[in-house]
Amino acid sequence: MTRFSWAALARGALRGHRAWTPQWRSPDRPQPDYDAVIVGGGGHGLATAYYLAKEYRLGRIAVLEKGWIGGGNTGRNTTIIRSNYLFPESAALYDHAVQLWEGLSAELNYNVMFSPRGVLMLAHSHHDVQSGLRHVHANRLAGVDNEWLTPAEAKAFCPPLDIATPRWPVFGAALQRRGGVARHDAVAWGYARAASALGVDIIEGCEVTGITRDAAGVTGLETSKGPVRARRIGVVAAGSTSLVMAMAGLRMPLESFPLQALVSEPVKPVFPCVVMSNTVHAYISQSDKGELVIGAGTDQYPSYSQAGGVQILGHTLEAICELFPIFRRMRMLRAWGGIVDVTPDRSPIIGLTPVPGLFVNCGWGTGGFKATPGSGHVFAATIARGEPHPIAAPFSLDRFTTGQLIDEAAAAAVAH
Amino acid sequence: MRLPEGGRIDRSQPLRFTFDGRAYRGFAGDTLASALLANGITLFGRSFKYHRPRGLLAAGAEEPNALVELDRGPGRREPNIPATLVPLEEGLVARSQNRWPSLRADLASVAGLAAPLLPAGFYYKTFIGPGREAWHRRWEPLIRRMAGLGRAPAAPDPDHYANRFAHCEVLVVGAGPAGIAAALAAAEAGGRVILCEAGTEPGGQLLATPEAMVEGQPASDWLAARVAAIRAHPRIRLLTRTTTFHYGLQNYLCLAEALDRPDGLRERLWQVRTARVVLATGAYERPIPFAGNDRPGVMLAEAARAYAGRWAVLPGRRAVLLAAHDSGYAAAFALADRGVGLAAILDLRATPPPDLAAQAPARGIRLLAGHGVAGTRGGTRLTGVLAAPLRADGVPDATRAEAIPCDLLLMAGGWTPDIQLFSQSRGRARWDAALDAFLPGESVQDLACAGACNGSLDLAEALAEGAAAGRGEAWAPPPRRSTALPARAIAAGALGARKAFVDFQNDVTTADIALAVREGFRSIEHVKRYTTTGMATDQGKAGGLMGLAVAAAAQGVDLPELGLTTFRPPTMPVNFGTLAGRHRGPLFEPLRTAPLHGWAGARGAEFEPVGPWLRARAFPRTGESAEAAVARECRAVREAAGLLDASTLGKIEVVGPDAAEFLERCYVNALHRLQPGRCRYALLLREDGFLYDDGVIARLAPDRFHVTTTTGGAARVLHLLEDYRQTEWPDLQVWLTSTTEHWAVLAVQGPASRAVLAPLVEGIDLAALPHMGVAEGRVAGIPARLFRLSFTGELGYEVNVTAGQAEALRAALFEAGAPHGLTPYGTEAMHVLRAEKGYVIVGQDSDGTVTPDDLGLGWCIGRAKRDFIGKRGLERAGMQGPGRRQLVGLAPDGDWLPEEGAQLLPAAEARAAEGHVTSAYRSAWLGRPIALGLLAGGRGRMGERVFATRRDGTPAPLRIVPPVFHDPEGKRLHG
Repeated sequence: MTRFSWAALARGALRGHRAWTPQWRSPDRPQPDYDAVIVGGGGHGLATAYYLAKEYRLGRIAVLEKGWIGGGNTGRNTTIIRSNYLFPESAALYDHAVQLWEGLSAELNYNVMFSPRGVLMLAHSHHDVQSGLRHVHANRLAGVDNEWLTPAEAKAFCPPLDIATPRWPVFGAALQRRGGVARHDAVAWGYARAASALGVDIIEGCEVTGITRDAAGVTGLETSKGPVRARRIGVVAAGSTSLVMAMAGLRMPLESFPLQALVSEPVKPVFPCVVMSNTVHAYISQSDKGELVIGAGTDQYPSYSQAGGVQILGHTLEAICELFPIFRRMRMLRAWGGIVDVTPDRSPIIGLTPVPGLFVNCGWGTGGFKATPGSGHVFAATIARGEPHPIAAPFSLDRFTTGQLIDEAAAAAVAH
Repeated sequence: MRLPEGGRIDRSQPLRFTFDGRAYRGFAGDTLASALLANGITLFGRSFKYHRPRGLLAAGAEEPNALVELDRGPGRREPNIPATLVPLEEGLVARSQNRWPSLRADLASVAGLAAPLLPAGFYYKTFIGPGREAWHRRWEPLIRRMAGLGRAPAAPDPDHYANRFAHCEVLVVGAGPAGIAAALAAAEAGGRVILCEAGTEPGGQLLATPEAMVEGQPASDWLAARVAAIRAHPRIRLLTRTTTFHYGLQNYLCLAEALDRPDGLRERLWQVRTARVVLATGAYERPIPFAGNDRPGVMLAEAARAYAGRWAVLPGRRAVLLAAHDSGYAAAFALADRGVGLAAILDLRATPPPDLAAQAPARGIRLLAGHGVAGTRGGTRLTGVLAAPLRADGVPDATRAEAIPCDLLLMAGGWTPDIQLFSQSRGRARWDAALDAFLPGESVQDLACAGACNGSLDLAEALAEGAAAGRGEAWAPPPRRSTALPARAIAAGALGARKAFVDFQNDVTTADIALAVREGFRSIEHVKRYTTTGMATDQGKAGGLMGLAVAAAAQGVDLPELGLTTFRPPTMPVNFGTLAGRHRGPLFEPLRTAPLHGWAGARGAEFEPVGPWLRARAFPRTGESAEAAVARECRAVREAAGLLDASTLGKIEVVGPDAAEFLERCYVNALHRLQPGRCRYALLLREDGFLYDDGVIARLAPDRFHVTTTTGGAARVLHLLEDYRQTEWPDLQVWLTSTTEHWAVLAVQGPASRAVLAPLVEGIDLAALPHMGVAEGRVAGIPARLFRLSFTGELGYEVNVTAGQAEALRAALFEAGAPHGLTPYGTEAMHVLRAEKGYVIVGQDSDGTVTPDDLGLGWCIGRAKRDFIGKRGLERAGMQGPGRRQLVGLAPDGDWLPEEGAQLLPAAEARAAEGHVTSAYRSAWLGRPIALGLLAGGRGRMGERVFATRRDGTPAPLRIVPPVFHDPEGKRLHG
């Protein structure tokens, strides 16, 4: 692997950039036998493979991707990164990820453009304030930074914000300064490049069509590019997880919904941070290219279609225009959808399954991107050791039968 | 240079406008682009990355270079508008973008010198260190300032936007010749037709080619007659300046109509549901990649023809045509006929079609077959091209180049049908090798494509196809064979060229795409994302197909093997405001007010948002603080009587022979034995066993229940109940009706409440009405449902009358209550009073992770019940047991108030929370602060101390006490 740097770039320039080589190897087909196979070449799957190779020195690892790497939710999200979750279990998981994000560009020798520019979460009612403060107290106790801002302080942190809208004035805001955004595609490519350099085979256009097993557990996979033997299989297939797991005879507690996002045309820097409002449903930041990146909501019904209703975009833009009235004349350049897999408590599942050798990492719902490095890291440990990493342990598949749920969304619940 | 005559401009209507502060003149009918060109302006903007000088490439929606900022006054500034799409208007103020200090001398253009260091994706390879925050602190701000195009608006938009729904039998998108033929044919066949056109007038290609003959008539005559027929037709609605930007399922399409009306109505969103769709969206001409193809003066051939034909402007004096497609000849000859000197025709093909080849010499024009362009000359304006013969590999041989002076280079690279909407409709594109283009293939909705967007470039074919599509008939094109040089071959010849741009706006060159391929980015989606080709504001309209061709050439595969990138909506950028429509300010989300809202406001009430409602929080008197008001209101309820507008509570009327059975299955309580005339406090769970909502279920008759929900839960609970009724138990005879707005609820609470009500009540034996009883009768002469309920711990009643009678009831109550000290109170006093009594608020003292037993409400659950929603979830081990967080009272040591949300710790220095504070108030009645909280094993820890976190970092102690602070025996309730 050629190390990336200005010097390398300058050397490349002298040779007309003709000497660069593929950033990751792309074998046409898998080898017949691996120590571990990861199903799904998104950020989580590639990170898993990378840490398996890097930290656990597993010899022969493959990542099988049906389409092109990073083409699922890794390349479709709004790139928000934060760890100010309420429950200690969640905060530990997401903060593990944030700590990895902070050194990721250097770790991978690939600029993933992690930009901790601060994530502001708005409160629009007394109830929101109660919930926001509960998060602040819980996070500080867990060692996760989170501070409470008055409306005026929120306005100072994010000047385009209108804190006195007629319908939902801002009552306050929680700010996590370590939160921010990153360049989503670069995360997939960076992990792929680093994993490939450690010998991981990344096979694109390779669809898993079956999982084979014997009495002792999994024995391998059937794929569109031939059979593969492996005693350890990690399924990290986001919206398609249910389909893959069904091949092993497992029914997953997942529902899949379309989730949409959009960007505006690029403009000069105008928006300095990330702002989230759960009450009016608006998530926004500005990319380095200058586009406003805006997250919309999920459709109300399950679907595998990567296209949601246009009215969902409309609702989101209503909220954006209300909170940031100067953006009403901005223009939507591009909108797209992804399929999010949602568990009953809307927290992920990371761990073992009833089938020995078969591991699963799924259910990240609308918030998986931020966890990418941490998810891959603890999942790799889980696969390598055959037992859950301590941070992953609470996110077991069996919690839905024991009732040990981790329901962040419900904890922020609304009623009265 | 403006021609002395011709064009579709109104020379009797001169218009003044400015560009970068300088004043210019144009005419009605001009676009900003044509007017500037007529004034000799050829430098329009700077590119995104290298800040290279750029001029007009196109004349329409695909324009990637000439983006301007429009300024129509405060709040009416818009960035990134293609000058080609701006109808000229009097006083228009436009500015160039992405340059400093001026368009001509842009300092940031030094980026161009560093270009060798800044190939595609350079930022992934650099800025990695040193230091963890180097990117964020040092490099990113720099990159961000360099990136971006225009400036965002600086002030709120004063204009407004409309929304309209429409239905029709046929929606025709695009009013070029094919669209016009389709609309007329469809209307003749009897259907309602909407014909929408993104431009200012119908006509499409014909507007640019007045010299053309259509069905034996001059184009302008043919067009005038057809447009007159369309405008006169009772079943055709013609929408101009209307862009169809979204194609959804079941032929649902979204259109944005630009209005710019003086009254501030700027745009209208049309949401159209139609039986059939005819797409007649035309085609875009392909630019040709060659070294220096972005210099101002290099223009699409058809665009140059349009400037001359439609706007009577010559984009140059001496032109060279670079052709890969026959269409360029017609365009060049049309320009020559209007006075442009044609210096040479360079045809990339070794043997151009003989008939065309013969015309050039006949006109005295040099034809250089098998030639390309090895480079261009000039600074911010083209001064010449290097014409070079092509080597066998298709690359221009620079060593044999000949310089040809010119100020205009026409590119005719062939045509790319606009299949964006077809693709959005979920139709599958197919590669047509004969036409060297992706064409609409199999469609999954009732739609037809006609004209150039379907590959029918020939006018007669387009008309025939349009008419057939309008009638809903099949039409088979005659066999077609393009003589053009395929895009893949053009691309192959430009792979090694320096600064041969494919995506002009994003500064993506053939070398960038080749680099991406070299670095292993093989999927076209990867190439797009790595190089950003096709991701500029034109979304690849100009250079998208050529980008594919370059990637295919670099990989050595055929173009269709690579496939297409996804066409993402919208087809053209759409204003946020258009999609948001009227939902702004007070209309953003309907704000609901209670029946006594007006009266409360007049009484000086402070309001607060609660769910969808605005409720009176307190009624401070003049000079009284809100805190003092709350204390006074609480005291009034405890000592005399208070009145609360509780109308916002959700209400559902549950009726039918199976109503009791239905509620029994839903709620946790045993409701079968509930007698008419009695009420029960009831809990509703989710399937996972967690508390969803609470309320009171009153049985009015064996088959009729009055069910209340929390204020925020009204809609949610009804949805959940309806979901079960319709999907799980459709056999039950039960009907649910929301009556939230029907009933006004005036709560009269306090020891004097019975005395207040007694003289007003008719038909009900008030003294005999027990706690949790309900009766129907009259109050103050108004038909009423009278409940004896308490959310305060005092004797209390809730009077339900129809909302229209609330004001009359209020007046009567205050009149009767005056001697007893009846005092209005708000939601904050209500909160304090209920907390003193240990009554929970679902959503505050509980969240979605709390079971009934956690709140001490396990007694609600009917133990003998076979089933209810959430029963199975509740039986899981993790939902039970002594370690769960349970509701407790918390008494602060000393006079301090814990913060709601504070975490509870076993010791001041502990780090693991055992629970949190859910409610905390200063109780004037008790004379001390009180709090409620959820605490692990709390009910077994009475008398112990816990510590609540504080934001100053010093946790402080609280004593664990029972959650009922006031009247634990309940004597006052039953009094």
